[in-house]
Amino acid sequence: MNPDLDRYEGVIGLEVHAEMLTASKIFCGCSAAFGAPPNDNTCPVCLGMPGVLPVLNRRVVEFAVRAGLAIDCRIARRNRWARKNYFYPDLCKGYQISQFELPICEGGYLDIHVDETTKRVHLTRIHMEEDTGKNIHDAHGDSSLVDFNRSGVPLLEIVSEPEMSSPAEAGAYLRKLRTLVQYLGICDGNMEEGSFRCDANVSVRLRGATELGVKVEVKNMNSFRAVEKAIAFELERQADTLDDGGHLVQETRLWDADREETRSMRSKESAHDYRYFPDPDLPPIILSEDFIETIRRALPELPDARRERFVSAFGLPAYDAEVLTSRRDLAEYFEAVVAAHGNAKAASNWIMGDIIRLIHERKLDDAPIITDWPVPAANLAALIALIDEGTISGKIAKTVFEEMLTSDESPRAIVERKGLVQMSDESAIQAVIDEVLAASPDKVAEYRGGKEKLQGFFVGQVMKATGGKANPPLVNKLLMAKLKA
Amino acid sequence: MTTPLHDLTLAEASARLRDGSVSSEDLTEAALARIAATDETWHSFITVSADEARATARAIDAQRQSGAAAGVLAGIPIAVKDVIATAGIRTTAASKLLEDFVPPYDATVTTRLKNAGAVIIGKANCDEFAMGSSNENSAYGPTRNPWDPTRVPGGSSGGSATAIAGRQAYGSLGTDTGGSIRLPAAYCGVVGMKPTYGRVSRYGVIAYASSLDQVGPFGRTVEDCARMLGVIAGHDPRDSTSVDRPVPDYHAALGGDAAGLRIGVPKEYFIDGMQPAVEGAVRAALDTLGGLGATTSDVSLPHTSYAVACYYILATAEASSNLGRYDGIRYGARQAADDGLASLYRNTRALGFGPEVKRRIMLGTYALSAGYYDAYYLKAQKVRTLIRQDFDRVFADVDVLATPVAPTTAFRLAEKTSDPLAMYLVDVFTNPASLAGLPAIVVPCGRDEAGMPIGLQLIGPPFGEELVLRAAHAFEQATSWHRERPPEPAGAAA
Ligand SMILES: [Zn+2]
Repeated sequence: MNPDLDRYEGVIGLEVHAEMLTASKIFCGCSAAFGAPPNDNTCPVCLGMPGVLPVLNRRVVEFAVRAGLAIDCRIARRNRWARKNYFYPDLCKGYQISQFELPICEGGYLDIHVDETTKRVHLTRIHMEEDTGKNIHDAHGDSSLVDFNRSGVPLLEIVSEPEMSSPAEAGAYLRKLRTLVQYLGICDGNMEEGSFRCDANVSVRLRGATELGVKVEVKNMNSFRAVEKAIAFELERQADTLDDGGHLVQETRLWDADREETRSMRSKESAHDYRYFPDPDLPPIILSEDFIETIRRALPELPDARRERFVSAFGLPAYDAEVLTSRRDLAEYFEAVVAAHGNAKAASNWIMGDIIRLIHERKLDDAPIITDWPVPAANLAALIALIDEGTISGKIAKTVFEEMLTSDESPRAIVERKGLVQMSDESAIQAVIDEVLAASPDKVAEYRGGKEKLQGFFVGQVMKATGGKANPPLVNKLLMAKLKA
Repeated sequence: MTTPLHDLTLAEASARLRDGSVSSEDLTEAALARIAATDETWHSFITVSADEARATARAIDAQRQSGAAAGVLAGIPIAVKDVIATAGIRTTAASKLLEDFVPPYDATVTTRLKNAGAVIIGKANCDEFAMGSSNENSAYGPTRNPWDPTRVPGGSSGGSATAIAGRQAYGSLGTDTGGSIRLPAAYCGVVGMKPTYGRVSRYGVIAYASSLDQVGPFGRTVEDCARMLGVIAGHDPRDSTSVDRPVPDYHAALGGDAAGLRIGVPKEYFIDGMQPAVEGAVRAALDTLGGLGATTSDVSLPHTSYAVACYYILATAEASSNLGRYDGIRYGARQAADDGLASLYRNTRALGFGPEVKRRIMLGTYALSAGYYDAYYLKAQKVRTLIRQDFDRVFADVDVLATPVAPTTAFRLAEKTSDPLAMYLVDVFTNPASLAGLPAIVVPCGRDEAGMPIGLQLIGPPFGEELVLRAAHAFEQATSWHRERPPEPAGAAA
C-alpha cells in the first residue's frame, strides 16, 4: 500500500440494492423469480404499456418494515412513492417508481467488527423501489436487446452514512448487512447474480480534517472482494492524485475487475436531474401500529443475538460463533446437530472444517437457503456420538465421513459394514505392539538410547497394522509402558 | 314519419331492443351507415371497428333470443375515446407515435362496457394524448362541430361529443382532465359528465395527468349518461386511486323535480369579456331551476382565478413524466438513431409528438426541474389545496353549484391555435372542479345568436353524482334544448 495513504483517511458510504424475495413483482402479478427465459415474466404493467397502472404488493412493505426494525430504523408511519424520471432502454416507463423525500425507514445502525474492535455504522435511510430491466449487448449483431424479467422486481435500497474508513470496514458492513437480509428472509444476498448489489461513495481527506473531500461514486462491483479491491484502489488513486497536486472531480467510476482499476464514466451520466415528484398513481403508504407490531413480533432471532447465545449457551469461541451465525441456515444446521447430540464444540469443529469446505467446493452457498447439506444434521450428530462413546477414533471418523458423503447409510451402519469399530481390547493391542517392536529391534534400541522422537514411528506402525482401528490413547499408554520397561 | 333508428336516444333504443322491435344488428348497421354518411364532414372517429361491432351485435342478438339475461347496455352501439385501450382494436391517443399500436388488453371501462353488452362501434377522435380544448391537436385531423363545421367541437373529447350530437352512436365515453368532457358537451349541445376522481377506474386509459384524469359518459340525455355511469363506475383493484365505495343506482336518482335543492352560484364564474348570450342562458337556467323549487344563492370561490395556472403546471408536470414511456423502444413508431441512443429518443419523439404535446412536456419538465420545483410544482400543489378548500366551504351550505362551462360558445377552427394562452383560458370554468376532483355534469341550456349551443355546468361535492344528475335531469325535463339537433351535413343522406 502507498505510504502516502497514511496521511489520508478514507470516507466511505455504501448504497446497497437488495432484490426482495417476494413471489411476485412490486406492482404487478408477474413472478419475481430469477432465471426465466428473457421477457417470460412480463405483463403490460411491468412493460410500461400505455394506460396501465401499478398496484402495490403489500409484501414489499412488510419486508421493508422487517429490515427497518432489524436495523433499529425509525419506521415512517406515512411514507410515499416518487417518480425518478430518466431515459434508458431498460427503464420501460421513462421513470422508476421509488421513494424520495419520504422513505419508509430512516436512521438505524449496524455494529461491525474489524481487527478486534467494534464500530457502529449508521444508516441514512432504507427505501423501496422497482428494479429495471436489463440491456443485453452484442448478442444480436450490432443491436441491443432488453430483457424485462427484472423490471418491477422489488428492491430495498439501503444507504449508509459515510462512516467507514477502510476497505475492510466496508467489507465487514456489507457482509453483516447481507447476513441480516438473509436472516430476515428478505433477499438471497447473491452478489454474482446481482440480487445484492453495492455502489460505494468514496472520498479521502487529510487525517484530522473535518470537511469531506470530493466524492466519487464507484459502481460495477459484483463480489465482496471486488468492493474491497475497488475501494482500496480508489482510496489510493485519490491520495496519489492529491499528493501529485492534482484535482479530484465528482464523478461516477466503474470497477474493471479484469484490470483491477476504476475508470471514469462519461460525466454526462452523473449530471442527471431526475425531477422527482410524488407518484400520482399510488396513494401514500400509511402504516398502523398493529401492522408494525405484528412484524416486530414475527422477527427471527437476529445474527448478533444468536452469536452471543452460541458463546454463552454452547461455550463456543467468539470466532466460531461468528462463522456459524454468518448464515441463518448454517446456524440452524449447527443447532440441529447439537440438539441431536450435545457436543457443541465437536459439532462446531466438524462444521467449521469439513462441512464449510464442502459447501464452498459444491457452491451450495449460492442457494438462498441451503437444503442440500453434504450430510444430514442427524447423521453428523450420530458420527460425533460414535467418537464420543469410543466406538471409533477421530481418524476413523474421517473415513466414515467420506463414506457418508456418497451413502445414505447411518454412520453406525457404515462402521459396522466396513468393520471400523475401534479396537479397545488391551490384550489385542498389546499383541500388535509386541509384533511391531519385534520387527524393528534397531529402532527400539535407538529409542532406548534417547531418540524419543521415534515414538511417533511406533504409533504409526501400530495404527497401520490395525487398519487405524486401534484406540489411540490406549496405544500410546501401552507402547510407553513397553518401551520404558 | 317514424324516427330513423339513429335518432333514438340510448334509453329509447334499449326499450326497442327489449320489446323486440329492433335488433342490435339493426342499431349497429344504422350507426355504421350514419358514420359512413357523415364522418367525412365531422371526423368523429379515428377508427371505426365495423367488423368487431357486427360480430358483437350478432352475439348479443343471439343471446337475447336464447333468453339469456342482457346487460344494461346490451346491443347498444357506443363510441370510445381513442385514449381508452381496446384489446385488438388500435388505440392511437390521436398520436402519430401510436399509429399502429394495438393493445393486448382492455381498459377496465372497456371491460365493463363489454360485460354490459355494449357494441363498441369505434374509437373517437380527440386531441393528441387528450391535450387540447379544440380537437385540433389530433394527428388524424380535427373533428368539426356538427352545428357548424367551421367551428371546433371543443376538446379534448371532441369526437365523443360529436358522435352523440351527430347521432353516430347512442352513447360514448370520453375523458376529462381539465374540462375535456364538459367543454365538448357544451360546445356540441349534448350531456357530458365528469365523475368524482376515483369513481371510475383509470386502468387502461392512456394517462395525460394521472391525478386529474377521469373517464365519463356522453349522452343525448341525462338519463342516458346515468345509465352509462352506472356501468363504468366502481372500484377497480387494478387502479389504486379508484375508490372502494358502493355504486348507487344512478337511474333511481332521477326524480324529475328540484324541490328543496340548494344551488350555489359562484360569482367568480361570471367574468368580464364573457359572451353575453352565455351568461344570459345560464342565468335563465337558474330561473328555470328556481321555478322547479330549487333555491339559489350567490357564493364565492375566491381562488378560482388561480385555477388555470395551477392546472397547467400540475397537468403538464405529470404529463412530462407520463409521456416518458413513448421512447420507441418497445412499441410505437421508432425513428432511426443517427447519432447514438439519445438520437433514437430525440428523433422518435420529435417526429412522433405534435406541437402541443411537445409544448406541455417542456412546460412540465421545467416545472419539475431542480431549482424550479418549489416555485412551480410545490406552489401549485398548495394552490390546489386552497381551491379544494374553497369548494369544501361552499358545499357546507349548498348542494350543487351552477356555472357556465366556458366564457363563449364554440370558436372557429384555427382561431386560437396561434395563441396557446387564449386556448388555455377556455378552461377557466372547468379546471377548478378538476383540481378539486369533483363530479360535474353539463346539460344544454340554450343557443347563442349564431345558433351555437350553450351548456350549464352543475358541480357537486365528492361522490355527489346523484345530486348533480338529479338537478340536471330536473332542468332537462323542464326544457327542450336537449331535443334540438344540428343540421344535416351537406351531401349526407338524412
Ligand atoms: Zn408484470
